[in-house]
Amino acid sequence: MNTNRQHIIVIGAGPAGLEAAATLGAAGYPVTLLEKENHTGGKLKSLHQLFPGFRPAYEVQNYLDGRLEINVAQVITNADVISVTTENGKHKVILADGQSMNGDIVLIASGFQVFNAEKKEEYGYGIYENVITSPDLEAKLKSCDPLTSANGTTPRKIAFIHCVGSRDQKAGNVHCSRVCCITGVKQAIEVKMQLPGAEIFNFYMDLRMFGQNFEELYIEAQQKWGITFIRGRVSEIGENMDGTLQLKAEDTLSGRPMKMNFDLVVLLVGIVPARQTLAIGKSAGLALTSGDFLAASDAQLSPNKTTTDGIFITGTCREPLSIAETLTDARAASVSIIQYLNERQKKSECI
Amino acid sequence: MHFNLFVLPFTAGMIILSLLLTYRYIKWLIDLESGDLKRIGSKILSIKTLKALREIFMESLIHRKVFRNNILLGYMHMSLAFGWFLLIVFGKLETLFYTGRQANEIYYPVFFRFFEQNPHQTGMLIIFNAVMDFLLLMVLSGIVVAILRRFRPGIAGMKKTTKHSLGDRMALAALWLIFPLRLLAESATAGYSGNGSFITQPFGNFMHLFLPLQQLSIVFWWMYSLSLGAFMISIPFSRYMHIPTEILLIFLRNWDLKTNENFTGFSEIEVQSCSRCGICIDTCQMSSQGKNNTAQMVYFLRDYRYKQLQPDLTDNCLLCGRCTAACPVGIDLTQQRILQRKKNAFKLPQGFHYLPVNQPSGEADVIYFAGCMSHLTPGITLSMEKIFKAAKVNYLFMDRDGSVCCGRPLKLSGQHEAAKKLVEHNRQQIILSGAKTIVTSCPICYKSFREDYHMNIRVLHHSEYLNELIQKKKIAPLPSGKSVVFHDPCELGRGSGIYEQPREVLNHFAELRPIYQEKENALCCGGSLGNLSIVPEERCAIQKATAKYLETAHAEVIATSCPLCKKSLAQYSDTPVKDIAELVAASLTVVAENPKILKHHKVQEMVEIV
Repeated sequence: MNTNRQHIIVIGAGPAGLEAAATLGAAGYPVTLLEKENHTGGKLKSLHQLFPGFRPAYEVQNYLDGRLEINVAQVITNADVISVTTENGKHKVILADGQSMNGDIVLIASGFQVFNAEKKEEYGYGIYENVITSPDLEAKLKSCDPLTSANGTTPRKIAFIHCVGSRDQKAGNVHCSRVCCITGVKQAIEVKMQLPGAEIFNFYMDLRMFGQNFEELYIEAQQKWGITFIRGRVSEIGENMDGTLQLKAEDTLSGRPMKMNFDLVVLLVGIVPARQTLAIGKSAGLALTSGDFLAASDAQLSPNKTTTDGIFITGTCREPLSIAETLTDARAASVSIIQYLNERQKKSECI
Repeated sequence: MHFNLFVLPFTAGMIILSLLLTYRYIKWLIDLESGDLKRIGSKILSIKTLKALREIFMESLIHRKVFRNNILLGYMHMSLAFGWFLLIVFGKLETLFYTGRQANEIYYPVFFRFFEQNPHQTGMLIIFNAVMDFLLLMVLSGIVVAILRRFRPGIAGMKKTTKHSLGDRMALAALWLIFPLRLLAESATAGYSGNGSFITQPFGNFMHLFLPLQQLSIVFWWMYSLSLGAFMISIPFSRYMHIPTEILLIFLRNWDLKTNENFTGFSEIEVQSCSRCGICIDTCQMSSQGKNNTAQMVYFLRDYRYKQLQPDLTDNCLLCGRCTAACPVGIDLTQQRILQRKKNAFKLPQGFHYLPVNQPSGEADVIYFAGCMSHLTPGITLSMEKIFKAAKVNYLFMDRDGSVCCGRPLKLSGQHEAAKKLVEHNRQQIILSGAKTIVTSCPICYKSFREDYHMNIRVLHHSEYLNELIQKKKIAPLPSGKSVVFHDPCELGRGSGIYEQPREVLNHFAELRPIYQEKENALCCGGSLGNLSIVPEERCAIQKATAKYLETAHAEVIATSCPLCKKSLAQYSDTPVKDIAELVAASLTVVAENPKILKHHKVQEMVEIV
């Protein structure tokens, strides 16, 4: 059906890139999938279980890998894209090792990175051993080793701090990272499952339980698992002589400042565009959102199209998304590309 | 008796100006702080008066500071001020020489060429006339620069010039007209009478070719006199009030008067001394990086002077002190803003009844007061503790478990009374400790301890203290070979004059790289607590711009010595940002270390290695 075989380059083999590459490959287009790491899967590989149903992350990974095998002609790993340029309607993708390739369509799926929690020095990440981030905790949970404090003891009091680097104008990030609220609820339950004797507190500004079964999980966390939610931002964390942590916050519901001691503190770090996402976006001259994500040409009608003809975007390089939303978005981007190519072909036939 | 009707506008202007000035001078002197008049009395017959005269010559006439800013801008100010001054002096001398009388009509020297049209000049008069023509040329050249600059600020090294009010613009027009009209009037008279010199005579001869100068010259003299009169009457009501006021300011400042905690007659003199030159606009990061072109000191003082000051303009300032450092008149602009906030301050609803009761806190040689901001940067406090232990200092970490604020942030927001309560609480606590030295990591606390606490103990910022420890060989940082650029915190540098100590500390173990805007000219990190109304986007823009500027030094580390600066810069810098305490602490460790092992019990082990 595709007589003039338009070549599509997909940048990034995380969930978005994998799903889009497989969808476009299945539709008969030659697809090249570029991945900077030596494996596909992106950050999905480091996840333990997915919210809200605690589905093992590897199930989704297996599904994506299976589709990839069948449908995609070419997967190149260790391909670190540094720039994308456009000339005469063709797009040139340049890699860090100096290689380059041309494509008719470029789909950017270069994803996100987590906010660098060291920038909020008042929380002591990188300074106090018992302050960890949500990805750190996820890795611990995935390893199936028993969860311990830095000195090897079992933590009895654990705090989760929401919105670290999200909705924080001082940190330069105004946007909501969307998935951390439910991640905090999920991880709190996972920890409670492992350590039924532990007291767990979540400190939040407000909880955005927008997805299917999110609110249900939040209620379950309180009613079934006895997890405490305190509305108030944490101002600072100090370390006691024994390595435990003293947390200062304000309980805005009771209107009182509070100090509490914890054995372990988990920072729910926000989502910011990956370094590569910014570099690629800038080199291709794409518009950016206020949070420096790649901007769509029309947020409502064509969220996967950019202002440059033939360059598309999908996944968390354009905004924070959950795994389920990312896969849906990748399929939407694939349809956008197919429609775009069909229209272009029709136009050229008319001429 | 020399007289012509046209001298009236000038004479009237002169008399009105003199009366108004006398009234204002007396009012300001009455409004001085109690004790100020006594201070003047004791200083007036000292060397300080000569120093003041020298300063008036260098700054009000030569405009040395403006020259330093930009040569063309300096020339413009000098040619106008010094040129005009010399015109007055030589004009007076000329009449003295010519008439042999000391007292003449006040307008006589100004219109000398009109009254003395004798073409047969001899000896000294030829020289006087030539000098007067030369000085006129000098002033005119300054006016040419001034006019060019108004339309293209870049030629005098300025990005933006002051947007003047209507009154100022009318006064400016009168000022610009005075000297071209003088040239016309003198040349016209010279054209038919032959009493000109090397500029006015040829120009007059030229005009005489096609103009009826004998009839026309009186028109020029009228216009000249009118422009002079208009300008003089505009002085008390325009920015040109700075001319007579700045001279008074320089005397008073040299007699050790300054603006303290209250707005006094001296403060009023400072306000009126602002020439609205606009040098503070380019130095203001709210303008250059925050895109705010209405809150600069020039507009603040102007609006205050005309009683149109809006609270937001008072609040919207970082109090970084860059304008104060750059002000050619030397007005304490930062203090002006704080005092205005003091006037606006609302009464705080609560007292401070909940403050803990002061208790003796034990014997220690040194008190360490980290400060609230340092509690947000545990990297700094842990490093300081590590250093204290390495130097085997008997210290007390006074605010380890939280503290009462030093009071300065309240003071910066105009809440002087509330601030005093906190000061008194902390002061008692510090005195009760019995320590001889207090060290703080926060430049804000430092400035407060030094200026508001009046304690009989040494107050040191940790950059001074670390330098002292190194010099006394209590600690010995190992050279790291790393290149660093130092960012001067506002309150430590411009605020307290500490520039060299942190640099000396860094020079002990790192390669310190200079950067163009440093020390007095250092940029503000944007994190300042001084701005009460800045919007986050604006603050972020300043933080980002300063971080990016420091990165242009291409150093491996950006060093600073303020928790607030550290946090502001780290937000946007790709280069690591470290406090000098952290750099010193790291250089004390022999083994390459991971920051995670900066734990108390482990610190002690490491100290043993050192």
